[in-house]
Amino acid sequence: MSDSLTATTVQISGAGGDPIEAYLARPDADGPRGGVVVIHHMPGYDRATKEIVRRFAEMGYAAICPNLYFREAPGAAPDDAAATARAHGGVPDQRLVGDVAGAAAHLRALPTSNGKVGVIGYCSGGRQSVLAACHVDLDAAVDCYGAFVTGTPPEGAPMRSNLVDQLPNLRAPLLGLFGDDDKYPSPEEVAELDQILNAHGKVHEFHSYPDAGHAFFSVDRPAYRVAAANDGWQRIAAFFGTYLKG
Amino acid sequence: MCTYATVHMALDGSAKGPNGEWFPLTTATVYFDHPVHAMAEHTLNIDIPDPARGPSARVALELTASSARALVAAIEEALASGP
Repeated sequence: MSDSLTATTVQISGAGGDPIEAYLARPDADGPRGGVVVIHHMPGYDRATKEIVRRFAEMGYAAICPNLYFREAPGAAPDDAAATARAHGGVPDQRLVGDVAGAAAHLRALPTSNGKVGVIGYCSGGRQSVLAACHVDLDAAVDCYGAFVTGTPPEGAPMRSNLVDQLPNLRAPLLGLFGDDDKYPSPEEVAELDQILNAHGKVHEFHSYPDAGHAFFSVDRPAYRVAAANDGWQRIAAFFGTYLKG
Repeated sequence: MCTYATVHMALDGSAKGPNGEWFPLTTATVYFDHPVHAMAEHTLNIDIPDPARGPSARVALELTASSARALVAAIEEALASGP
């Protein structure tokens, strides 16, 4: 199996038909293959996230990450764009759904597509991955420590609500990867999500890691936990291997 | 902490920003969340933008919680010593 790949910046049609920037990585080998939409964490469309996109291409998927802050800060550095987006109140849920739908459509339109697309998100993107899987035609979803899927957002937060009322509409199998030491989401909130998904008969698989907190996949941050991240990547490979291959 | 909980405030004064250029202050955003550069899980972050020059022009601080509290105390001490 070749690990050669090509990565480039593209323009896709996001929510409302808005043209937005996205980072696309594709294996050089012939298809057909599945696709993965990567939702970046709150610090933005940064180098570490693009490394994740390329890793999915190395794993055999066409992968794309839409720049969720492109509208507020086109061309700005990721940290500056994140600061600007925050000052504007963050990414509205409805716009996120449209951007993920546009990214998934872009992947399915590739000549190498097998028609299957999954989504994965980190940090705030974890919640957004679940949100997208409640509204967009997706074949698998991964939530990496997304806060406020359950639980109550703090007063004054632009994010008005959790996703509990939307979970009955979850349209894809869900893999959840969490840290036992995380407070956002807390182990209790993860357990609540597990119970709700069980009650609605939704296919899901959760793993929570000891000695890991929030952002344990982040290789450039002190939160990085190599054992949790390595196991998590294996869980992701198996999960997408089950639902996106073919 | 992934909440987007952010305090917005008006500021009056000046700051030295990118390319060494001074600019007049109008607003700041203050929040406790993941830093971009500081080696801490969460920091008290202050963004002071220069809206006239777009998103890439801002002064940014990421302070550990203890440093942020020490800065508040230092500011209060300095102000108390003034006329």
